[in-house]
Amino acid sequence: MNYLSSTDLRTVKVLEQAEFPSKVNARNKVVEDTAKLIKELGIKDNAVLSFHHHLRNGDYVLNTIMKEVQRQGIKGITLVASSLFPIHAEMIPLLEDGTIENIVTSYISGDLGRAISYGKLKGKIIMQSHGGRARSILNGEIEIDVAFIASPSADAHGNISGVNGHNTCGTLGYAIADSLKAKKVVAVTDALVEYPNYPADITEDYVDYVLVIDCIGRKEGIVSGTTRVTRDPVGLKIAKDTLKVMEATGLLKEGFSYQSGAGGISLAVTAFLKEYMIENNIKGSFASGGITGHLTQMLEEGLFSALFDVQCFDLESIESLKRNPNHIRMSASQYGNPEVSAVVDKLDFVILGATEIDVNFNVNVTSGADGVLMGGSGGHQDTAAGSKVSIIVSKLFSSRIPVIKDRVDVITTPGTTVDVLVTERGICVNPLRTDLIEAFKEAKLEIVDIKELKEYSESIMGKAKPIEKTDRIIGLSQYRDGSIIDYIYEVKR
Amino acid sequence: MNYRTLLFIPGNNPGMLQSSDILGADGIIIDLEDAVALTEKDAARILVREYLLTFKPEGNYFIRINPLDSPYFYDDLEAIKDLDITGLVLPKASVESMAALEDYLDKNDLDFEVIALIENAMGLETALDIVRASKRIVGLFLGAEDLTLDLGAKRTKESKEIEYARSKIIAAAKAAGIQALDTPFTDTDDLEGLKIDTRNAKDLGMTGKTVISPRHVDIINQVFTPTQEEIDYALRVVEGVKGAKEKGLGAFSLEGKMIDAPIIKRALNVLKTSGDYKEEYDELLE
Repeated sequence: MNYLSSTDLRTVKVLEQAEFPSKVNARNKVVEDTAKLIKELGIKDNAVLSFHHHLRNGDYVLNTIMKEVQRQGIKGITLVASSLFPIHAEMIPLLEDGTIENIVTSYISGDLGRAISYGKLKGKIIMQSHGGRARSILNGEIEIDVAFIASPSADAHGNISGVNGHNTCGTLGYAIADSLKAKKVVAVTDALVEYPNYPADITEDYVDYVLVIDCIGRKEGIVSGTTRVTRDPVGLKIAKDTLKVMEATGLLKEGFSYQSGAGGISLAVTAFLKEYMIENNIKGSFASGGITGHLTQMLEEGLFSALFDVQCFDLESIESLKRNPNHIRMSASQYGNPEVSAVVDKLDFVILGATEIDVNFNVNVTSGADGVLMGGSGGHQDTAAGSKVSIIVSKLFSSRIPVIKDRVDVITTPGTTVDVLVTERGICVNPLRTDLIEAFKEAKLEIVDIKELKEYSESIMGKAKPIEKTDRIIGLSQYRDGSIIDYIYEVKR
Repeated sequence: MNYRTLLFIPGNNPGMLQSSDILGADGIIIDLEDAVALTEKDAARILVREYLLTFKPEGNYFIRINPLDSPYFYDDLEAIKDLDITGLVLPKASVESMAALEDYLDKNDLDFEVIALIENAMGLETALDIVRASKRIVGLFLGAEDLTLDLGAKRTKESKEIEYARSKIIAAAKAAGIQALDTPFTDTDDLEGLKIDTRNAKDLGMTGKTVISPRHVDIINQVFTPTQEEIDYALRVVEGVKGAKEKGLGAFSLEGKMIDAPIIKRALNVLKTSGDYKEEYDELLE
């Protein structure tokens, strides 16, 4: 109704007294019967249902909802889950009976990944990055019919908070795009709290229903009590050398920005970085990504001005999010959506892992040595692309298998965005980064050709047998911008 | 070579052996003794041989063999005699065991360096005799855990109970012109305690320290590494000696202080440790 374009305002209809609106009678959003809600939502065959993974391996919500969908005989669902964990192995029968036909996710581990690799999914699996997922939802590439948002707490009107309730998980960054764009949004909670539930990660204006169930998750699977720095001497050597790499870039100075994963070596890099910053009296601008207690301590000690948090990894980070105003929630879109201004674009350094890396610096974190799906990009692609220097930290051998290959099994992150590899037996720089090669030479930091390091590792351990695959393509490795960078094949049993 | 750190690697642990050369220690001691259970002795010997022959790691590798009074002493020596290693560590060193080792090495024409591990009261009191029983000895190594057991002393982190033993080892080592190597610090998590313990040992005169945790290597190396100031002073001393020799002077002064043989020796030790030592300095003490 664009009245501004009316040439004659007399033609505009004005309400009669009898037609005047009555006072608002707030709709009751609270539902306690899952089956009834699924019916009321009108979920039909081939619907697109989404879930977030902030409850990680403690999540009961996805299994609860999808089993009800199965009970009601709905088929052909496209499951848009930001990540899938071993707890979701209960979905395997739903692949077999056709309840779930396609899966779109950023990470998959456990028996569900194994079942998909062995061909049990009738449709396709699309592996996205976290930023790529947000992009595809926000720009309409993926249209979600219903978003089921696991909610550590919600009030009756749908204000959802990840820091209140029994099963807290902290920020809900991966669910924001879903809540904005899904046709229907359901908060699924086991803690219905008094209005207003504050601070809300997702506010009531985006939520259609509040489904109250007995339990949304298993606490010990949701967050780690603590995340630990590795004690492995080889991992510590890699971490120390990584700090030398960071120093040699010349970017490790006042106001730098940083992201690392929560793996043992990455945490060791953070621990060494902290010592370095204190010794050299350097204060960073921000750290981002999944946040651990190690980073919240650095925030408390004034070593960083702010933390951008898309996911809390441990209890300490949840506590910090609750009380420290400089610990800032961010959505997956703000984190890494390539179509908007994103935090990753302001990163100086990112420290990342790799299951495999090839001589062209392509990285695989999607499949394991047996070719089976056991991971995914998460923020790997996004941070590698956005950061000034992306550093892969990895041991040269993983369970006696050399990590450097001629060609990785599945390309998760293209080598054109990967800058440095640090192993215990040498540092390799992507030849595309002539500036870094020059800087490292100046800093007298020895580097080694990735092909030489590959030959050395193969001379010690031999070359791994190729993984046996069938000709059937079961899915795609999608780049953050929507383009496809690799096929995913069915693995031969 | 002055070993600031000698890191123990269990001879029955393939993963640790494989990474031993990248952990930053000046030398590695592959252990066939205490770290290896009696049932694993054969397997460890085979593993250590295979590791050294396959990987050919660079650096200074010692092997701690089993003691003379065990059934494994000669089996160990037979298994490693053809390996390209720097030397051997002799546990429970005594005059007799050192003589037996020398005898074996002589008969097999082996030029391994030897480090004597002093870990009982008799060994401590006869340390200088043990040194004299070997042509190959490069260091005395204090094993405080077994020694305090033998002494009936309580082992503490403060290490007052081993002050005498440390000093005795240091005096014997210095008298023979070899290295005095301190006992390992056994609390792998207490890095502050490690720093204090290492400084104490260094201040008494220890020239290096044995290590049981790779996490300790950097800290100990740092404590035993001369500061830039010490290196600069040592270089000035050496240059002064060279100048005095050229002029035919017997003694000279530097920065108002007479430079005599002990100061020159100390300067040369500093340069050996820092890696700034040159062969031409060998003549300076003649």
